[in-house]
Amino acid sequence: MDAVKRYFRSPAAVIGLILLLLVIAMAVSAGFLYPRDPLALAGRPLIWPFSNPRFLLGTDNSGRDIAAQIFYGARISLLIGGVATAIAILIGILVGAFAGYYGGWVDNVLMRITEAFQTLPNFVLLLVLVAVFGSTLTTVTIAVGVVSWPAPARLTRAEFLSLRNREFVQAGKTLGMKDVQLILGEILPNALPPVIVYASVVMAVAILLESALAFLRLSDPNVASWGNLIGLGRDVLRVQWYVSAIPGIAILVTVLAVSLVGQGLNDALNPRLKGR
Amino acid sequence: MRILSLAGRRLAASIPTLFLILIGVFLLLQLAPGDTVDALMAQMGGGDAATARQLREFYGLDLSVPAQLANYLWRLVRLDLGFSSIYGKPVATVILERLPPTILLMTASLSFAFFFGLVFGVTAARGVNRWPDTLISTLGLIFYATPSFWFGLMAIVVFSVYLQWLPPGGFEDIGTVQTGIWRVLDIAAHLVLPTLTLGLIFLAIYLRIMRASMLEVLNLDFVRTARAKGLDETHVITRHVLRNALLPMVTLIGLQAGTMLGGSVVVESVFSLPGLGRLAYESVVQRDLNTLLGIVFVSALLVISVNFVVDLLYARLDPRIAAEG
Repeated sequence: MDAVKRYFRSPAAVIGLILLLLVIAMAVSAGFLYPRDPLALAGRPLIWPFSNPRFLLGTDNSGRDIAAQIFYGARISLLIGGVATAIAILIGILVGAFAGYYGGWVDNVLMRITEAFQTLPNFVLLLVLVAVFGSTLTTVTIAVGVVSWPAPARLTRAEFLSLRNREFVQAGKTLGMKDVQLILGEILPNALPPVIVYASVVMAVAILLESALAFLRLSDPNVASWGNLIGLGRDVLRVQWYVSAIPGIAILVTVLAVSLVGQGLNDALNPRLKGR
Repeated sequence: MRILSLAGRRLAASIPTLFLILIGVFLLLQLAPGDTVDALMAQMGGGDAATARQLREFYGLDLSVPAQLANYLWRLVRLDLGFSSIYGKPVATVILERLPPTILLMTASLSFAFFFGLVFGVTAARGVNRWPDTLISTLGLIFYATPSFWFGLMAIVVFSVYLQWLPPGGFEDIGTVQTGIWRVLDIAAHLVLPTLTLGLIFLAIYLRIMRASMLEVLNLDFVRTARAKGLDETHVITRHVLRNALLPMVTLIGLQAGTMLGGSVVVESVFSLPGLGRLAYESVVQRDLNTLLGIVFVSALLVISVNFVVDLLYARLDPRIAAEG
């Protein structure tokens, strides 16, 4: 409970939480507020924001409601960010746990593979994956997850290296526990907190990666995503710059919220490191 | 000499990594729908099966996958990256033409991010928890969350469309032929916005790391000693604290080299710069898989060389590293 109290003492962390809840509320309420397909034509194209009460945020180049796309886009960003992060953390924990626990050649092989993934620029790998597997919502989400696991893997490995020779692990060994039991039941719960905190960084980067891909028109074109809308607005940037500006602010706020919450959690869980 | 052998050993250790990447991506690309010949035939406006078979034989695509892989690696050893059917030139030539803008952009962004990250980080650390620190830290958080391509578009709206101070895109003015210093200035003007756009997120990362590392070093005993022997504050910061606090920043350059190269894909597309990143994007759209594989090779090579330079720098900054090696 101390950690919760510490979390709410930091104004930045509270602001982050409020912003994050706001984005989640947008994603949840999209269905009630805008029951129609957000990608359906709704009115005249290129209506400026705040000039027509029916379209509070205006319409885009082909007359689709921008506000509806922003609300539905929150769903896509949170979905891709959340699932891709879960994939990345899961692969990262598996690789890091095995490498850190067993050491030796297992560690060598796994770390070589991790290094290979880190040497190749992750956006370039993302382009390769999209070129090979196409750009549907599922493939893009998995691809973003697959390029994001090396950092959590290294973090988990470092935690396992420092924990594997502790007394409680040796006690477990003497009791005749199996490796899997030791890894999952004993070491992992102790190694988990920093990895979970790091998940916020992975999620922030995942949201940015997907929006960049969508901006280049290499993500799923059949969903209302913020990146798609920015890419679309680029064609009318010189005069109707608001088409690109509005979804960009949505991405900024979401990524900011995720990072602030992550930092707040970090400070709350590791009070000694506060201010670093 | 010792530094060189240490860094050289790490360079040698990265060769297996390079092969691992190439083999992995090569096998991955085998799963791609359509091959070079399909792309070529589509460009020619279609053709019969016999032509396709001949072309496949010509490019060695009728062999088994392991044989193709062996062929590819053997050609790679001789620095032959294959032929780009889309551009009608060897891949190596295409990539070499596109490399200078990317290297220029990356160097400029890195210098910008490193220099201002350092200045802001030091300023924030010296006024820790007072208003300069709060302001700089908040700005850092916002920069970190800003999608680079969006920042680039907004910069174009403000500086190119409304104020008309800077060109909205391209590498140089192709309307007029310029030489000497004027050409250099023209290219520089074209690179201002891309540099800011690409460097922004790294500026945010560098200033955060610099601030943390300054705060850590400021608490160490040798700083107290330096103050106790009567050195003035500027001297303490520049001569004693900065040199030690710089180490994590230098490490970060190596870690971020790949991310920066990835970021240049997006930034070069926003500003239509004819660089390596834009080439990567084009080869995905045009299904030019040979070129894509070549780009993978060159970008991995680039990241490895940046890390080699970082190793050298690191040993230069901290003599203990070379001594222990």
